Amino acid sequence: MENLLDVENLWVKFPTRTGVFDAVRGVSFTLGRERLGIVGESGSGKSMTGRAILRLIRNPGIVEADHINLEGVNLLKKSEKEMRAVRGQRISMVMQDPKFSLNPVMTIGDQIIEAYRQQTKASKSEAYNKALEMLEAVSIRDAERVMRIYPHEVSGGMGQRIMIAMMLIPNPEILIADEPTSALDVSVQRQVLDIMDKLVKDRGMGLIFISHDLNLVADFCDRVLIMYSGRIVEVCDADKLHEAKHPYTRGLLNSLPRLDGKDKRLQVLKRDPEWSKTPSVSGRL
Amino acid sequence: MSLNEQHTQRRPIRVPLAEKLWPFLRASVNVFGSVIVTIFGLLLITFIIGRVMPIDPVLSIVGEQASQSSYDAAYLELGLDKPLLVQFFYYLWDVIHLDFGTSLLNARPVTEDIARVFPATLELATIGIFMGMIFGIPLGVLAAVRKGSWIDQIARVVALVGYSMPIFWLGLMGLFLFYGVLGWVGGPGRVGIFYVDIVPSVTGMILIDAMLAGNWDVFKNAFSHIILPASLLGYYSLAYISRMTRSFMLEQLSAEYITTARVKGMSEWDVVWKHAFKNIRVQLITVIALSYAGLLEGSVLTEIIFSWPGIGSYITTALLSADMNAVLGGTVVVGLIFILLNIFSDLLYKVFDPRAK
Repeated sequence: MENLLDVENLWVKFPTRTGVFDAVRGVSFTLGRERLGIVGESGSGKSMTGRAILRLIRNPGIVEADHINLEGVNLLKKSEKEMRAVRGQRISMVMQDPKFSLNPVMTIGDQIIEAYRQQTKASKSEAYNKALEMLEAVSIRDAERVMRIYPHEVSGGMGQRIMIAMMLIPNPEILIADEPTSALDVSVQRQVLDIMDKLVKDRGMGLIFISHDLNLVADFCDRVLIMYSGRIVEVCDADKLHEAKHPYTRGLLNSLPRLDGKDKRLQVLKRDPEWSKTPSVSGRL
Repeated sequence: MSLNEQHTQRRPIRVPLAEKLWPFLRASVNVFGSVIVTIFGLLLITFIIGRVMPIDPVLSIVGEQASQSSYDAAYLELGLDKPLLVQFFYYLWDVIHLDFGTSLLNARPVTEDIARVFPATLELATIGIFMGMIFGIPLGVLAAVRKGSWIDQIARVVALVGYSMPIFWLGLMGLFLFYGVLGWVGGPGRVGIFYVDIVPSVTGMILIDAMLAGNWDVFKNAFSHIILPASLLGYYSLAYISRMTRSFMLEQLSAEYITTARVKGMSEWDVVWKHAFKNIRVQLITVIALSYAGLLEGSVLTEIIFSWPGIGSYITTALLSADMNAVLGGTVVVGLIFILLNIFSDLLYKVFDPRAK
């Protein structure tokens, strides 16, 4: 499989008063035209990994890597101005909660049109038509009305579909979805995922799906990286997730309640300090 | 019709101006009711203050030496024999007819006095607040964007000096340096002695009157007089506006929609001004309206140092000589300014924040 993205030895560091805190510690993986899941608990560095690829870690945070290659070109060597042409147009990101990730004082239409016109120098009416098309592609009925309303007037599920439309409108090659359904009602999670999945597949994009939900990732992705305290502890195919060997992954799986569960009590995850000392497993293909 | 044809027929729907202004109009009607109530409350309070002050209004008119008969005559003329409620309605009636009585100091109607001193303050405060906004907002935004950098530190020191230096000291030093030593600006007063009363008073604001009369000599002279006190007030409000802008911006810049804008590939300039700044407009309006109201109330110290015949020094002088009519008249005007600015900023909210509709 050809690689869209190739990350080698990625570190994200934050200098603090008590020394340097490493949020991501030597992570390596590749992404083809596939759905790659990154799973881990809060603070495991999964979101930081996504943001580091887009070089969105702000000062004083530091991103270091041997390379972050996007189709063979190292993103770390690009200037900030060149990076802006990568963001949105080639790599895009959908964030957790549309309540916060949409600008409250701009209409939905203006925000989507802005995303399109940022990269293509399309005319306003061209961008308007494109935005309508995109809203319809994420199953929004009455798109013309939605274009004119504000983010506080839409529901969570609809907001997230709008986010997906906005982030896919410049036709990127890679989408990073950072917990895209965690803030949504369970009843609309599936719908949002299906829409995202269809668009990503139709366009032959690569998807990095960041989540803490093991079952969701097992269902939805092709390959899974399991992260613990800034490192990848295990890599496996999504359909073989239940055969995972690492004690952390096993622990996570065992702490999930099951409808047909025979055990009366769920197991408590016991953390072994050794896990965070062993070097990162490579997620490269 | 094929799908493609459908798309080409679509055009962006322009929201007609009337539809944009509608919330503004509807809000205006709502606001009108609350204004009436607030003004009524304001007048009630000033009336009560006027009555509980341990100053005999009759004595201060007729003087200590007056005979009993002239005292009684004045007593009856003021309507003090009537019940309080009736007196209050007399007071309301007078105020509605813009009659605040006569000033004891110069025996002129208080309304006339206020019409003379208020434009002087309005002129000074307006230029002051504009300077505060023009320099304070960008400084605050810059300090937030470059948080922790030397620009942020300089902005902090500039604001701290503005907060903590006594304004009369800065005023005196300013006069000493720019007027006394360098001679760049005019001295105290609104215009030089040779320019007094040259242009007819239309608005009472000399800069505008001079412009209306087309007399640019007077304009230049008045400008050279107003620039120093206005800068001083501008600096004072800059300190406040820039600090508030900084903290509002910091709050917005850490919001998630800012990350969204960056993910779209927008430049930092667009992220700051098109996204973050749009979200602080409502809060900024409150801050600016409050500072402006503060300046319009009259900055007594500045007015005294620059011999500026404004409302601040007018009320202070009246207070020191127990001229109750002038004090109450001034108080009502200051109260009205606060009410008006509040309404104005409330209406602007509705324009700038879609959630407030």
